[in-house]
Amino acid sequence: MIRYALTRTALLLLGLFVASAVIFLTLRVLPGDVAQLIAGTGSTPEQQEAIRARLGLDRPLPLQYLEWLGGLLRGDLGTSLLTGTGVGEELVRRAAVTVPLGILSLLIALAVSLPLGVVSAVRRARADGVALSVGAQALAAVPVVWAGMMLVVVFAVWLGWLPAQGFPREGWADPGAALRALILPALTIGLIEGAMLLRFVRSATLSALGQDHVRAAAARGLTRTAALVRHGLPVVGLSVVTVLGLQIAGIIVGAVVIEQLFTLPGIGRMLVADVAARDLPKVQGALVALTGFVLLVGFVVDLTHRALDPRQRETA
Amino acid sequence: MSRAALRRQRRARLRARRWGWLGRLWALGTGRFGLLVVAAVTLTALVAAVWTPFDPQQVDLAARWSAPGLDHPLGTDGSGRDILSLLMAGARTTILVAVGAGLIATALGLVLAALGALTTRVVRESVAVLIDILIAFPVLLIAMMISAVWGGSLAVVVWSVGIGFGVNIARVTRPELRRVLHSDVVLAGKAAGLTPVQNLARHLLPHVAPVFIVQLSWGMAVAVLAEAGLSYLGFGAPVTDPSWGLLLAELQQYLTVYPLSVLWPGLAITVTVLGLNLLGDGLREATDPTLRTARGAARAARTHMPEVVA
Repeated sequence: MIRYALTRTALLLLGLFVASAVIFLTLRVLPGDVAQLIAGTGSTPEQQEAIRARLGLDRPLPLQYLEWLGGLLRGDLGTSLLTGTGVGEELVRRAAVTVPLGILSLLIALAVSLPLGVVSAVRRARADGVALSVGAQALAAVPVVWAGMMLVVVFAVWLGWLPAQGFPREGWADPGAALRALILPALTIGLIEGAMLLRFVRSATLSALGQDHVRAAAARGLTRTAALVRHGLPVVGLSVVTVLGLQIAGIIVGAVVIEQLFTLPGIGRMLVADVAARDLPKVQGALVALTGFVLLVGFVVDLTHRALDPRQRETA
Repeated sequence: MSRAALRRQRRARLRARRWGWLGRLWALGTGRFGLLVVAAVTLTALVAAVWTPFDPQQVDLAARWSAPGLDHPLGTDGSGRDILSLLMAGARTTILVAVGAGLIATALGLVLAALGALTTRVVRESVAVLIDILIAFPVLLIAMMISAVWGGSLAVVVWSVGIGFGVNIARVTRPELRRVLHSDVVLAGKAAGLTPVQNLARHLLPHVAPVFIVQLSWGMAVAVLAEAGLSYLGFGAPVTDPSWGLLLAELQQYLTVYPLSVLWPGLAITVTVLGLNLLGDGLREATDPTLRTARGAARAARTHMPEVVA
């Protein structure tokens, strides 16, 4: 276990390094001349030179990278080109919307997929099991934006139960209103993610049903359901942990689109606005933070899985 | 039997083996649905290239928000453009992006997989680690990163999905390539005096092709979703181009007044993505010999896990 943890930590560090290098190179080297891009087409060479000096673009590239990396290690994600505010500060402020949205989505996805996935596997030969499986397959093909729009049509336009857009200006000062604003967005992401997870839970349950120890438990006199619950579901739970990293990455991506649809002032909407405005230092900082988070989640998930799985504990 | 007849017979048998998977694919519910959807979308795109009922960008303010009827089977939008024509023309964009991203993913995936499977140990292992790291970048974030530099365009969508899914393909194809590398067929080819390149073309690639094509089908589904999502965000198709995602963004402003107008572009995307996903599922079942013999639960247990793109 310790050896595995060390290897995995090394891989995480390597991953963070590669990710930061890829993002740096794409945003600094590819464009050719960032300064010209920022200054606009009608700018004079002097203006461009000033911008280059301000951004430190006149120094050698490896030096620029190391400086940026040093800033990252100190927790400095850079400053916005347009507003001059720190990227880190704004990320933290906007996380107050995106993090609750993400957690709510994940909870909905798990609440939908775990019970229904197991049911659709156990009743795979009956109409309801087949319907669940087909429904999940179809739902997994729905674009998140459109799912959000349809939910808005039903719950906001027709029924008028929930707001169609927006987030209270005063944030979480009024928790009820803030939560109401997050229900439809979280439901959208949670349902689509849940449909994908359902298919995974279903296949994990099916392979658990066929495993010798579950069949042996049933042969010993347990009912099939009891055998599955006592001996099969722990294995299913373990394999769900392995895809949790993928799910969280999916939720982040879903949040980018959904925050746009519901005009929520979260990290995703910030990223969209910054990309549109070509605020390169800010995009760079935000992307590093997001990919770093995805890599970190993968790391935690792998270690947790390793610690939970007795089969892997013995071999380590 | 004469020699010529024998040769004919042998050729027929080879042909049957080469095209047998197509029959098996058609026999599967998933495969048939997938094939039909892909054929329908491709056909629509081809027809739309020469003819649509109306000019998709033609503004006709007198006919704003026409209800579905004889003139406009799916109605019109807020500037009187015919929605059916817009959808047909949008199929063109969708096919273009899916094929383009597929080509890039194929090239990148094959190169990465070959580098990760056929080279010396140091290179091989580093490529494997690199693939593991790159897989953590979601396609949408890659696209936004490139858009920040070059501005959004369909080319950016094609490249980012191609890169993102190429890495995915490489991850699945690499172990397969390594497995075949040590098989008797390749060994026999080597013994018979084939050069490495001949061996690659004649034995290695045909053996990994099934895995590869299945991945490609799923990758194209990702491309369709990514095009829609990025065009919706404003980083994909330019506003003058017909695109399903763009149409969603335009109709969204009138969601409270004309709620059902967004139904059609959304359905078009969903059916296309579902078709490509099921085609991939069907292709895998038709080409994977171990899956063909597996029964019931064991077969159903091996579903693939799609990713959220947009």
